[in-house]
Amino acid sequence: MIDRLNEFFFPKQVSTFASDIDNLFYFIFYSSVVLMAIVVIGMVVFSIKYRFKKGDKVRLTSSKDHDNILESLFFIIPLILVSITFVWGIRSYLKMIIVPDDAIEIKVTGQSWFWTFDYPEGGTSLNELVVPSNTPIKILLSSKDVLHSFFIPVMRTKMDALPNRYNIMWFEAQEEGVYDIFCTEYCGTAHSQMAAKVIVMKPKQYEEWVKELGSGDDDLPLDELGEKLYTKKACNTCHTLDGSDLVGPSYLETSRMWGQTRNFEDGSSAVIDENYIRKSILEPQSQIVAGYQGVMPTYQGLLSDRELDALIAFLKSLNDK
Amino acid sequence: MSENQNINYLNHPKGIMSWLLTLDHKRIGLMYLFSGIIFFLIGGLLALGMRLELAAPGNDFVSNDTYNSMYTLHGAIMIFLFIIPAIPGALGNILLPLMVGAKDVAFPRLNLASFYIYSFGALFAIYTIVNGGVDTGWTFYTPYSTQSTSNVVPMTLGIFIIGFSSILTGLNFIATVHKMRVPGLTWYKLPLFVWALYGTSLVQITATPVLAITMVLLILERFLGIGIFDPALGGDPVLYQHFFWFYSHPAVYIMILPAFGIISEIIPVHSRKKVWGYKFIAYSTLSIAFIGFLVWGHHMFTSGQSVFSQIVFSFITYFVGIPTGVKIFSWILTMYKGQVSFTTPMIYALSFLFLFTIGGLTGIFLGAVALDIHLHDTYFVVAHFHYVMQGGTIIAFLAGLHHWWPKSFGKMYNQKIASLCALGVFIGFNGTFFPQFLLGLRGMPRRYATYSDQFSELHTYSTFWSTILGLSIFIAILNLMWSLRKNNKLDPGSNPWGALTMEWTHTSSPPHPHNFESDPVFTNGPYDYDKVIVEPTLKK
Ligand code: HEC
Ligand code: HEM
Ligand SMILES: [Cu+2]
Ligand SMILES: [Cu+2]
Repeated sequence: MIDRLNEFFFPKQVSTFASDIDNLFYFIFYSSVVLMAIVVIGMVVFSIKYRFKKGDKVRLTSSKDHDNILESLFFIIPLILVSITFVWGIRSYLKMIIVPDDAIEIKVTGQSWFWTFDYPEGGTSLNELVVPSNTPIKILLSSKDVLHSFFIPVMRTKMDALPNRYNIMWFEAQEEGVYDIFCTEYCGTAHSQMAAKVIVMKPKQYEEWVKELGSGDDDLPLDELGEKLYTKKACNTCHTLDGSDLVGPSYLETSRMWGQTRNFEDGSSAVIDENYIRKSILEPQSQIVAGYQGVMPTYQGLLSDRELDALIAFLKSLNDK
Repeated sequence: MSENQNINYLNHPKGIMSWLLTLDHKRIGLMYLFSGIIFFLIGGLLALGMRLELAAPGNDFVSNDTYNSMYTLHGAIMIFLFIIPAIPGALGNILLPLMVGAKDVAFPRLNLASFYIYSFGALFAIYTIVNGGVDTGWTFYTPYSTQSTSNVVPMTLGIFIIGFSSILTGLNFIATVHKMRVPGLTWYKLPLFVWALYGTSLVQITATPVLAITMVLLILERFLGIGIFDPALGGDPVLYQHFFWFYSHPAVYIMILPAFGIISEIIPVHSRKKVWGYKFIAYSTLSIAFIGFLVWGHHMFTSGQSVFSQIVFSFITYFVGIPTGVKIFSWILTMYKGQVSFTTPMIYALSFLFLFTIGGLTGIFLGAVALDIHLHDTYFVVAHFHYVMQGGTIIAFLAGLHHWWPKSFGKMYNQKIASLCALGVFIGFNGTFFPQFLLGLRGMPRRYATYSDQFSELHTYSTFWSTILGLSIFIAILNLMWSLRKNNKLDPGSNPWGALTMEWTHTSSPPHPHNFESDPVFTNGPYDYDKVIVEPTLKK
C-alpha cells in the first residue's frame, strides 16, 4: 500500500536519504490536505448557508469582523506546522550535504549537451555514470561552459554545475539498476536532450568495469576500437545503428552514405568522406544536416586523433555489413 | 446609461487625440487595459502552442529552438508586459483616484508619461518577437544570456525601459494615497485595494531599480566585454542570480498584492458583509511587502550557496507564508452571516480562494530545503507558480474586470456566459496544472521541449485541459468586449452590486470626466454593511 502510494508520487527510492525526503513530503502533503479541507468546507458552507436567496430583502448584516480566539488559532496551528516543516527540512538537508569520509569521488563535468564522468581509478565515461551500490559516492561537479544542473530523481538530489567553481553532492545507492539523470538548468538548444543514465552495479562488478575502463585500448584494431567508442562516447544516445531515427541520423545506411552528397539546413551541400565525418564530429554546428537540429555537442578535445580515426573507421566499416 | 448622464469620461472630449494625449487617469487606465489584454492573448497563444508541442514526446510540432523561444517569450510577456505593468496600470489607475475621492492621480502628466514609457519598452519586446525571439528564459541567467545569439539585448532593454514606467507609476500612486484623499477618509477607512496598491507601489519603487541595474550590467557585459557575470570574462554567474532574484522575488509581490486587494474588495461587496480583520489585512500587506525583500535565496537552493544562507532563507520564507494564510481565513470568514450572491466576480473570487490556497501551500513544500532540492526546476515549480500567478493574480484580475466593468463602461455583459466561462477557467485550470505537480514529483524537468515516455500520459492530459482553459478565457474576454456594442440594452445602473466604496456611491457609471460632479463628501466607511443599506441597481 505504502509502496504503491510512493510509486504514484515519486520515482523509486534508491538513495539512503530518499525515504526521509519522501516522508517530509507526506507530512506537508497531509497537513496541506487538512488545511485545504478547512478552506474548502469553510467556503462552501458559508457561501451556501448565507447565500442571498430569491425574494430575500437587502438588509444590514452582522458587524462581526474579528474573533481573537479563532484568529490566534489561525496563527498558532500553521506556525506549529511550518516550524516542524522547517526543522525537518533543514535536518534532512544536513544529511544530504555531509559527505561520508569513505566516499568514492567522481568528477562530473557538464558541457553543452552531455555529461563526462572521471573516475578516481583513471578513465572517463560519457553520459553513463557507473557507481557501486551501498557505497557513498561524492560528486565533484562543474561545467565547461554555461550553467547546467545535475539531477538524479531516484536519488532525490540535484546540484547546479557552475563554470567557475566546484559544487559538491553525494548519494549512496541501495539498489542496483539503471536510472535517469536529467539536466535541470536551462542550457540552450538541446537542454531537453541532455540526459544521461546512472548505472548502479554490485561493488565487484563495478571494480571490473572501472579496471576495464582504465585499461588502454592501444592494441585494438581501429574499427573495433571505434565500435567501443561509439557507445563509450555516447554517440549511440543520438544515432542508432538500425535505421530508426533518434535526435540524429541513423548510421545503418553508411554503406550507401560514403560518396553521396549531404544537404544542409542552410541549402549548401557536401560529399560524404572521411574529412566530412571528421569535421562533423569536431565542429558539428558548422554543417547541419537538413531535417535535423544542431544539437550535437562538439567532441573537440574529447577524442584523441587515434580515437577519431577509429570512429571514422567504424562508421566506414558499416559499409561491409 | 440614463439620459442625463450623457457626459462621461468615455465620450467627452471626443477624438483620437483626446485619447492619446489624455491626462485622465481613467482613460490612461483603459489604454493600459487594452494593451495588457493584447499581450495576455499573445502570451496565451504561445502557451497553447507550447502545450501542443508537449502533448506527446518528441519534436512533433516545433523544434527545440522554437520551443525555447516560445517559452521565454511566454514568460517574459506575461510577467514584464502584462501582469507587472498592466494590472496596477489598468485597474489601479482607473480606481485609485475614484476610491480616494480625488479628481485624478497626484501627477497626471507623469501618469501619461508612464504609459508611453511602457509602450516604448513594449516596442522592443515586439521587435524581439518579430526578429526571431529570444531563448534564455525570462530569468536571463548568465553566462548563457551573455553568449546566446538570440535577441537578448532588445528584450532586456525593453524590460529596462518598462521598469521606469513601473517606478513612476508607483511614485504617483504613493503620492496620491498620501495627498489626495478626500477629507475624512483616514488611513483605516481606505478600501483595502488602496492599501494593496500602496504596498505594491512601495515594492515597485524600491525593487525595480535593482532589476534595471542588473539589465544594464548584462547589456554592458555583452557589448563591452566587462566581466561581471560571465566567468569566461572573470565574472560570477551566481552573483547574477542574487541580483536577479533580489528584484524578482519582491516582484512576485508586485504581482500578487493587487490581487489580494481586488479580492478584499469583491468578497465584502458580493457577500454584503463587513470585511473580516481589516487591520490585519492592511498591515499584513505592508509586512509581506517588506519581508518579501528577504527571501530571494529560496530560488537558489541548488546553486551552491552557503549552508547558513540556505537555512536563513528557508526560515524567512515561512514568515511570508503565515500572514498570507491568515488572509485566506479572513476572506472566508467575511462571508459569515452575510448575504452571498453568486455573481460572476464572486465566482472568480471563490475560485481564487481555492487556487491560491493550493499555490500557497505548495510554496511550503518548496520552502523546505531538502524537498526543494528534489523539486527545484521541475514541473512542480511550473505548477506552483501558475497556481499563484494565474490561479491567483489572473483570476483576481478577471474577477476585478467583471466587477468594475460596469463601472468603467456603464454596460453590463451577459452574466450567464461570463459565469460559465468562470467555471470553465476553474476546471480547465486545474486540469491543466494539477497534473504538473505529479510530473514534477516524478522528476520531469522544466523548460524541456521534449521528454521521455514515462511522462507522456500526464502531459497529454495537461494539454487536453489547456484547450478548455484557453477557450474559456478567450470567450470571457469576447463576452466583455461584446457588451460594449451600441445597442446593448442591459443597464447596470450606477451601483449594480450595491457596493459602499466611493467609486460606486459618489459618482455615475461611467464616471464624469472629472470623476465627481461636485466635491465628494466622505460619508461611510468602505465596508459598513452593518450600518448602511444600498440597494443594488442591477436588476436580476
Ligand atoms: C546529443 C546528440 C548527439 C550525440 C551525442 C552525437 N551526435 Fe552526431 N549528430 C547529432 C545530430 C542531431 C546530427 C545532425 C545535425 C548536424 O549535422 O549537426 C548529428 C550529425 C552527425 C554527423 C554528420 C551528419 C551526417 O550523417 O551527415 C556525424 C558524422 C555524427 N553526427 C557522428 C557522431 C559521432 C561519431 C558521435 C559520437 C562521438 C556523435 N555523432 C554524437 C546528434 C548527436
Ligand atoms: C493558458 C494558460 C497557460 C498555459 C497553458 C501555460 C503554459 C506554460 C508552459 C507550457 C510553460 C513552459 C514550462 C517549461 O517548459 O518549463 C510555461 C511557463 C511559464 N508561464 Fe505559463 N501558461 C499559461 C499562463 C500563464 C500566465 C497567465 C502566466 C503569468 C501570469 C504564466 C507565466 C509563466 C512563466 C513565468 C513561465 C516560465 C517561463 C520560463 O521558464 O522562463 N503563464 N507556461
Ligand atoms: Cu540543461
Ligand atoms: Cu521567491
